[in-house]
Amino acid sequence: MKHYLLSVMQPVGEPPEPEVLEGIMRDLDVFHAELKAAGAWVFAGGLHGPETATVLRADKGDVLITDGPYTESKEYLGGICLIKAPDLDAALEWGRKATLATTLPIEVRPFMGEAEG
Amino acid sequence: MTAKAGIEAVFRAEYGRAVAVLVRFLGDIDLAEEAVQDAFATAVRKWPETGIPPSPAGWIITTARNRAVDRLRRESTREARHAEAAQLYAPDAPPEEGPVRDDRLRLIFTCCHPALATQAQVALTLRLLGGLTTPQIARAFLVPEPTMAQRLVRAKAKIRDARIPYRVPRDADLPERVRGVLAVVYLIFNEGYGGREDLCAEAVRLGRVLAELMPDEPEVLGLLALMLLIEARRPARETSDGDLVLLADQDRRRWDRDLIAEGQSLVRRCLRRNQPGPYQIQAAINAVHSDAATAADTDWGQILALYDQLMVRAPSPVVALNRAVAVAETEGPRTGLTLVDALDLAGYHAFHAVRADLLRRLGRPTEAVAAYEAAIALTENPAERAHLERRRTELQVE
Repeated sequence: MKHYLLSVMQPVGEPPEPEVLEGIMRDLDVFHAELKAAGAWVFAGGLHGPETATVLRADKGDVLITDGPYTESKEYLGGICLIKAPDLDAALEWGRKATLATTLPIEVRPFMGEAEG
Repeated sequence: MTAKAGIEAVFRAEYGRAVAVLVRFLGDIDLAEEAVQDAFATAVRKWPETGIPPSPAGWIITTARNRAVDRLRRESTREARHAEAAQLYAPDAPPEEGPVRDDRLRLIFTCCHPALATQAQVALTLRLLGGLTTPQIARAFLVPEPTMAQRLVRAKAKIRDARIPYRVPRDADLPERVRGVLAVVYLIFNEGYGGREDLCAEAVRLGRVLAELMPDEPEVLGLLALMLLIEARRPARETSDGDLVLLADQDRRRWDRDLIAEGQSLVRRCLRRNQPGPYQIQAAINAVHSDAATAADTDWGQILALYDQLMVRAPSPVVALNRAVAVAETEGPRTGLTLVDALDLAGYHAFHAVRADLLRRLGRPTEAVAAYEAAIALTENPAERAHLERRRTELQVE
């Protein structure tokens, strides 16, 4: 088994209307339940926006703290879902469900090494 | 056959199969390629003395396997790599090597995986299944050799690191994945159509392998038929000066009758299946052309009906352009031109070439010359450009 990270790519801007968001949250709950039932679930969660981010940088032994995201961009990491899958095809199948549920692009990336089980 | 020619023939025919078997055995593409190349190097040394063995492919695979095992035992640094590589093992790997579960099929689906960029899919397919060297592939696609080498290294690393599986996709995914594989092979064929004949030959060879491995997929047979019927016209497609000869002006006695017979027989097999798809319909259109003894004998009504079918199944502006050409033949150039003018294809050289021809036939030379000029400006193929320039000059003289 291998770990894959599904990243939800969220555009900067206003969130969807409440009634749209409600549908998305419902679909996400179904997706998460399906992951758990299949034994593929590791962890998932949504993130607050980039305006809540803080960056730390090591500088000759000191650590510099600054406000804001590491890079300004039109999309940011809106949430993550960490899954266990035997191969990329299985991971992409979960990614397919994730993009349908969130209506947002999903980036799938493999972790180095093996996952147990 | 001399041993050298024999080895060359075995290499062309069996390289892909040997790599495919070794990838399953070793679980790593690089190790598999090294092992198979080692085995062929050994063949080059031994076969001139011993003669070609009764089963050359079996000999290559066994030798490659033994070489790989020796190498893994000998080189302790490789052990870590091997352990890591074992990931590629197909979970449902069966031990048999029959035509049904041929390892080449797994390798084809791995090379043409949709998670790889199209360029990488093409390069991997030519490298692993076709046995082309990196410099050969680089030359064929007019890319610097280091760029192509890098592309192959990255693609193989992604297969390993993201764990793209080495297996035939499950039934639910199969139609879409087969379409992806066919698109790669047709892309290779079309690259060759632009002049690099070796790529056409390679695409046809891959098409034959696919037809052997998936005889029940009508679109696989359709693509092979399409490529054979187009390839059959190659001897008549260029003058001795390298100038393009249009289908209507070709000397049909120079067409390759064997390829046409093979292509037409495949088209008939597809018709009996009655599960039409875009490649089969395009093959059928080419079969109608190859049925006509002269251009004037062409059954344009049947061709138009086939383009109508194609517009339903795979509509695109380019298909609409080709359909308009058939309409011009059945209903006259004026109706054809009305259809062409409605298309949004101003960046496509063939759009202007078709317009130019229709305007010429309608007796509107000034507009025809302008259209030829637009086509010439957009054409990269030298033979095609020479042809268009000649047509334009003829009009200007008149």
